[in-house]
Amino acid sequence: MALASPASTVLNNVEAVRTTLYEALKTDDRTLILGEDVGARGNVFLITKGFIEEFGPERIVDTPLAEASIVGIAIGMAMEGLRPIAEIQFADFIYPAFNQIVGEAAKTRYRSNGDYTCPLVIRTPYGGGVRGALSHSVSIEALFYHVPGLKIVAPSFPSDVKGLLNAAIDDPDPVLFLEHKKTYRLVKGEVPSGHYTIPIGKADVKHPGDQLTVVSYGLYVHQAIEAAKRLEGDDLSVEVIDLRSIRPMDRTTILESVRKTRKLLIIHEDNKFGGIGAEISAMVAEEAFFDLDAPIRRLCGPDVPAMGYAATLEEEFMISTDRMAEAMREMVRF
Amino acid sequence: MPQLGETVTEGTVAQWLKKPGDAIEKYESFVEVSTDKVNAEVPSPVSGVLREIICKEGETVATGAPIAIIDEVGSEASAAPAAAPPAAHAPATEAPHAAVAAPSGGAVASNGHAAHGGNGFINSAEVLRRVSPAVRRLAREHHVDISTVRGTGNNGRVTANDILAAANEGPAAVMAATIMHAPQAPAAAPAARPAPGALAPPPAPEGVGRSTYASPVPGTLVPLSPARKIIAQRMSESLASAPHAWTMVEVDVSNAWAWRAKAKDRFMQEKGYALTLLPFFISAAVGAIKSNPLLNSRFTADGIYVEKHINIGIAIGMESNLVVPVIRDADTLSISGLAIAAGKLVEKARSGKLGADDLSGGTFTVNNTGANGSVLSKPIINGGQAGIVTMEAVVKRPVVIGDAIAIRSMMNVCLSLDHRVIDGTASNAFLNDLKKRLEAMGPTGDL
Repeated sequence: MALASPASTVLNNVEAVRTTLYEALKTDDRTLILGEDVGARGNVFLITKGFIEEFGPERIVDTPLAEASIVGIAIGMAMEGLRPIAEIQFADFIYPAFNQIVGEAAKTRYRSNGDYTCPLVIRTPYGGGVRGALSHSVSIEALFYHVPGLKIVAPSFPSDVKGLLNAAIDDPDPVLFLEHKKTYRLVKGEVPSGHYTIPIGKADVKHPGDQLTVVSYGLYVHQAIEAAKRLEGDDLSVEVIDLRSIRPMDRTTILESVRKTRKLLIIHEDNKFGGIGAEISAMVAEEAFFDLDAPIRRLCGPDVPAMGYAATLEEEFMISTDRMAEAMREMVRF
Repeated sequence: MPQLGETVTEGTVAQWLKKPGDAIEKYESFVEVSTDKVNAEVPSPVSGVLREIICKEGETVATGAPIAIIDEVGSEASAAPAAAPPAAHAPATEAPHAAVAAPSGGAVASNGHAAHGGNGFINSAEVLRRVSPAVRRLAREHHVDISTVRGTGNNGRVTANDILAAANEGPAAVMAATIMHAPQAPAAAPAARPAPGALAPPPAPEGVGRSTYASPVPGTLVPLSPARKIIAQRMSESLASAPHAWTMVEVDVSNAWAWRAKAKDRFMQEKGYALTLLPFFISAAVGAIKSNPLLNSRFTADGIYVEKHINIGIAIGMESNLVVPVIRDADTLSISGLAIAAGKLVEKARSGKLGADDLSGGTFTVNNTGANGSVLSKPIINGGQAGIVTMEAVVKRPVVIGDAIAIRSMMNVCLSLDHRVIDGTASNAFLNDLKKRLEAMGPTGDL
């Protein structure tokens, strides 16, 4: 796994995360990584492989299976001037840390009246479609996006991963950094060399079009683009917006697009009820009601307790590219 | 290619442990595969004979792709591709629904996707009868009657683009948007105000059918013509919705008047149309609009829509009503062009040949009230516009120029404006601009 080369390199998302972390550790002594299996094991996806040998156990900290402690310790480090990058091995395991994240990290700046900030990054792989079953498939963003003081990003292109991870590390406040594990090795792309950031809170139009706006994030952005390309053959023009940041949310880009296309389809893997799509939908209904030429539609995961292991159950949960294309077609023709 | 790990999407065949023709037991390792995470020997999913190796050593393929064919023991039919655990996505389950190719109304939406967020109602007839917020707003802004528009959406639904197309073509525009009331038009009173107490139509056997707007019979009801009904409705609507403000300037048109007098006979000879002061006035008004584009706009709930085109409605008085045909893109016409365009519209109006195209799409109105001798009037804005300007009668008056008294041809110019859109500053900037342009016109100008 090459770490650096001139101009730009083609990387997958695992390599993009790995490169960014490596460069941060190299250039900023305040950074450190802590989490389960990040040291000797080199992370379950081999993201931090070899790091402990190079940076030592004080900066690459193997922790017990205790997520509340991982985040709690990281909060203390962040408040005292370090730049901890905490890892929750799988997003499914984040629940014990909920109180630390919501009750402490997100409120640090407010509670201390600005005397303390909490420059903390919490990285975690999330999402399904990898036969991960009950405890390796979950999407957690909706559990946290209700919380003011917390930033949530979920990039899915390697260049966005690097730019946003750098921005998250530089950010003075806590950032929850979500990595869709199915995109880890599936998605490859050019990644510029050297340090750069992409602003948190800025969406990106990944595929321009003028008859329908599709807003998505994570794995589904790639499928949505693929579906939009298929429809081009039938002269149907769909714009795909990659949210990239879930909170703060880029209302401007969404509204501009909807005012142009007059139709909105939101696609996400997380459950429909109370999901990110509900917020986007409400925001558009409030701000652009008189521009809408069709009911807003959401294509989301079903409201079931978990993603089943059985292939049939997983396929039923995950939205196929065909289903996306079908929904887009219906909406354009509505 | 088996999936060796949750995030692994491809693998490389490191070494074949069996040759074609070799027998393989179920769970016996038959190939070694390497990924960027692990190297692993892969157990056979079935017992049988290795018939064919598809993927050579060193080749990298996506997980789920066939790498070899094993003839299963007891299976006559050759070849189930041994792709180890089935790929996460079985294409067969994702075939597009036939319904997409052949839309069949309400039935389409009910095919099983409701659990995943498909709006079960999206194609239902119930929804299709309704009008979307965008359609409603655009129809209002462009004065398009939705019921006259052919829908190109699903099941004939009228889409936002259908409204825009109709507005561009202008065929569906309704008379209601273009007929207006001239404030000084002769006597709206008889029809509008029946005598106190006369709430029910009197029997009036003699007068039945005789009392008309042109020759009203006292003590009778003049029936409302369709045009009069629309005028009544539009006037009330405009006055009720737009807070009208009013302002006036005096304009010295002596030089423009002289220019017109000098050119009119030759113009009639060459072009066949009368050269009135109207085209001079419109030309000045259009110039002033260009410098003050808010005058050419309309108030909507979402904001002030500033019109792209400058389409000037000109009020033409008729026997029993008043029509306001439109000179489209008036800013592209010279004074001469405006005179001809106005002349043609007057001809059409007098001969009753104005079409919907002539009457739709106005963005600002000029009212030649002076033609009837008025020196001051307070017009009602043509609904959906921001202002209406009048040219009052030209009268010779003594005016002070410098320290001298001179006899000049003076004209009052009155403006009614929608105060939601325009304030005094903008309206007077417009009027003064118009005044400057008119006063700058003279016999040496170019028609």
